[in-house]
Amino acid sequence: MQLKPLTKEYFLWFTLLSIGVYGFFISIDLFTMFMFYEVALIPMYLLIGVWGSGKKEYSAMKLTLMLMGGSALLIIGIIGIYFFSGGTTMNILELQALHNIPESVQKVLFPFVFIGFGVLGALFPFHTWSPDGHASAPTAVSMLHAGVLMKLGGYGCFRIAIVLLPEAAHQLSWIFIILTTISVVYGAFSACVQTDLKYINAYSSVSHCGLVLFALLMMTQTSCTGAVLQMLSHGLMTALFFALIGMIYGRTHTRDIRQLGGLMKIMPFLSVGYVIAGLANLGLPGFSGFVAEMTIFVGSFQNNDVFHRSATIIACTAIVITAVYILRVVGKILYGKVADPHFEELTDATWDERFAVGCLIFCVAGLGIAPLWASNIISDTLGPIIEHINNVTAIASL
Amino acid sequence: MEYNFVFLILLLPALSFLVLGLAGMKMPHKVAGAIGTVVLGTIFCLSIYTAYEYFIGQGRGADGLYPHVTAFNLTWLKFSELLTFNLGFRLSPISVMMLVVITTVSLMVHIYSFGYMHGEKGFQRYYAYLSLFTMSMLGLVVATNIFQMYLFWELVGVSSYLLIGFYYPQGAAVAASKKAFIVTRFADLFFLIGILIYSFYVGTFNYDLHAMPTLHEQVAGAAVMLPVALFFMFIGGAGKSAMFPLHIWLPDAMEGPTPVSALIHAATMVVAGVFLVASLFPIFVEFAPEQLHWIAYIAAFTAFYAAAVACVQSDIKRVLAFSTISQIGFMLVALGVCLPDPHTGAVAMTEEYADVQGLGYMAGMFHLFTHAMFKACLFLGAGCIIHAVHSNEKEYMGGLRKYMPITHITFLISCLAIAGIPPFSGFFSKDEILVACYNFSPVMGAVMSGIAMMTAFYMFRLYYVIFWGKSYYETHINEGAHKPHEAPLTMTFPLIFLSIITITCGFLPFGELISANGIGFHTHINWTVAGTSVALAIIGIVAATLMYKNEETPVADKLAKTFPTLHRAAYKRFYMDEVWQYVTHRIIFRLISKPIAWFDRHVIDGTFDFLAWGSNEAGESIRPWQSGDVRHYAIWFLSGAVALTLVLLYML
Repeated sequence: MQLKPLTKEYFLWFTLLSIGVYGFFISIDLFTMFMFYEVALIPMYLLIGVWGSGKKEYSAMKLTLMLMGGSALLIIGIIGIYFFSGGTTMNILELQALHNIPESVQKVLFPFVFIGFGVLGALFPFHTWSPDGHASAPTAVSMLHAGVLMKLGGYGCFRIAIVLLPEAAHQLSWIFIILTTISVVYGAFSACVQTDLKYINAYSSVSHCGLVLFALLMMTQTSCTGAVLQMLSHGLMTALFFALIGMIYGRTHTRDIRQLGGLMKIMPFLSVGYVIAGLANLGLPGFSGFVAEMTIFVGSFQNNDVFHRSATIIACTAIVITAVYILRVVGKILYGKVADPHFEELTDATWDERFAVGCLIFCVAGLGIAPLWASNIISDTLGPIIEHINNVTAIASL
Repeated sequence: MEYNFVFLILLLPALSFLVLGLAGMKMPHKVAGAIGTVVLGTIFCLSIYTAYEYFIGQGRGADGLYPHVTAFNLTWLKFSELLTFNLGFRLSPISVMMLVVITTVSLMVHIYSFGYMHGEKGFQRYYAYLSLFTMSMLGLVVATNIFQMYLFWELVGVSSYLLIGFYYPQGAAVAASKKAFIVTRFADLFFLIGILIYSFYVGTFNYDLHAMPTLHEQVAGAAVMLPVALFFMFIGGAGKSAMFPLHIWLPDAMEGPTPVSALIHAATMVVAGVFLVASLFPIFVEFAPEQLHWIAYIAAFTAFYAAAVACVQSDIKRVLAFSTISQIGFMLVALGVCLPDPHTGAVAMTEEYADVQGLGYMAGMFHLFTHAMFKACLFLGAGCIIHAVHSNEKEYMGGLRKYMPITHITFLISCLAIAGIPPFSGFFSKDEILVACYNFSPVMGAVMSGIAMMTAFYMFRLYYVIFWGKSYYETHINEGAHKPHEAPLTMTFPLIFLSIITITCGFLPFGELISANGIGFHTHINWTVAGTSVALAIIGIVAATLMYKNEETPVADKLAKTFPTLHRAAYKRFYMDEVWQYVTHRIIFRLISKPIAWFDRHVIDGTFDFLAWGSNEAGESIRPWQSGDVRHYAIWFLSGAVALTLVLLYML
């Protein structure tokens, strides 16, 4: 990738971002979790603001402020959880075992925590940082951000909001199911008319990450397994997509699909990679997306009532709309006639690009061809947690 | 008999796809083609061997049925304790029949493509896609459960997408491939919802409801939702099988290479919907007989509509495409007119049931088999013709029988078969379908007989237009028209092979092998029905002969002139494409997507931008207070102190 000067600083912030992400996922303590969350946010501002493109200052500011807004809600939620559970511990596992927050308080805290993390998970209507942020960020940052950072949201929603506040989650989930269902369909429809490749992908991420939160709120073991698989799968697929978009942009200097065309002839490797990424994104069997989506739909459908069923069916329609926007882009930029005679001189991928794309495709396809091991690991881990939630809510509803 | 080797039938084409896909571009054309063809030859032999073992070697079990053998069944994904997603290989009479059909046609297409695709750029890619398609289609028909079928269903969809868009620099091919994928994907959405409902109520993805005794209670409770689930699954099948109004993608799919049209869009993939209904047949009959009849009505209408459109198309591949739609309609009508046994309300295990109420099942499957052979032959013949005259349009043809004798004879045989003239195979299968229709209701029988006559008419119109009449070459010889020539042996061999099957396969004792309940019965020809249908077919052929055989076609031109609106509407396929175009472009793009995108940018994004602007403005407006002027601060300090004192005094 072509970086402007300040390469050293770029990698410094990039590493700090990775530290934040790692730290977040391995924390078992509310406070450290929150701290690493903040650690992961701040470098984004600089990475986009300094090394980005387009309206980078605006996007960086918007992204950081919105996520900070989310974390302001979050801190209220976290402090509430701490005090109302007796003020003895911040350890998530102990809090989960204690489980002594009164139901009325839970109902107040749940929206704070869920929305706090939901902002990062692109929950409608708090997703608008995502298109601008992704479009302005440099390729590697987009990849890491869409691929990993957005999963912090889903993980936090599950680990804290749903597991620590199960009664409230059970009672209030309908509001958020509506919002996430909107996310899923709305993101997909919005992607249909965008003209910037990165915007298309950002809206597609809104749709796919919406599905993660949607599945978590369905609160069956199968749907939660699907949510985790979807996080994994979306992380890999979107990283692949953003990498390819970056490589194409680096050559053609445009991301506007109206100015692109016929790239298949000029850069076959990148184009084939793009087709594969597209097919994976629209949930073709043999790639990870299919496994994740099917697990989510089957899991969600296990809820035996009209509301959950209708929401599931509405969310299912996204698979058709996804096909529309993916094939529109593929047909426009890769097939057809070469749009610009200058493109004829462009080169195909270099060996390091081929290696990166190859690795990602290998992972996406591997997970899609032999999903059983991953799905079993996830399902077995989630089993006791879901059982705990179900027990608690069963008692509450008696 | 252990069917240990059958995994090769799926594995070999998958490997061939990977090898050709990853390393194909570095291979010479011949090597790549040879890999694909040798693999196909191998699995063709394996399939024939499997069929032989299944039907003859092993034969019927003690209960007089061909056993359903599950060669292997692996857990691919586990949803919950009950619901597992298995991938396996199941041999049942219809799946074995499909194995034979798919591998036969696919092998012929592989051989044919050596000649047809000779020297094309992307030759290796083409063979890679063909392998992918063959693998997916085979996986679909041997599926042990409905979800496996869905998985491969999607894969055949994508191979069809890739092959239709094979000539990707051409805009028409790209648009057609996109349309095919999206329309079928839309139908697949219903298939998926159907599967979800089905799996929830039945607690399994398997086809055999009664194989799991513990689930009986759940099944009984599902009686209300099962018809919905089954009908939704049929909609999925209707998308792939191009039933009205989801047929719009199939004519456009003809943009793909012609051998692909023969394989995917005539013989195998498009009958997936028929296969789906046949796989679920016992459940349909027991739980949703009404929905089964709806299928028959939809299919009958489609058959009529497509036949009407086929009568006026000018592109020879489009005629064949509409003819395919019409013939698939025949197959689905046959399945749809089956009735439950009046005593048990389900499929009865008697020979009488197989011969009367369930006759349509056998007839539909028989027609699927014979149609695959003669329609593949027709398409491959059309490929030879297009190869010779470099166009799809009928005005570039005419008089070709002198130049292309082999193509001419094989095309004629297939036309006679599709028209239903004895002793060609189409006669036997179509006759059984008509008998089944008359069993159901005389009206249905009469309608289908009428459509059969239209079939004879439009096929012979096509035949005369291509092989008789004015020769384009002779009339345009001075303008440098190329002299048409017979195709090379790689292309004529498949034609001969398929036409031999077309002549002979009508005599297969099909009822002994495949029937609604698995019990063999002796098929017999109902001479009243057969006599009428042959007479009608001959009327159709004679009408076509009178109208199109000669160099001038005064009757046809006059008809077109007398009913210009009707002619034009039929030529434009009754404007179905325009309707869909309107729905997708106007409604979905303009009325849903655009407003949503606008709403997102202006309302939601605007709200947050407004919040940011608001805080900025608020900051700006209180900024003057921090003037840095000590006197200002002193005034504020003093007035504050006074105010506070007053408040305190007042309160005390």
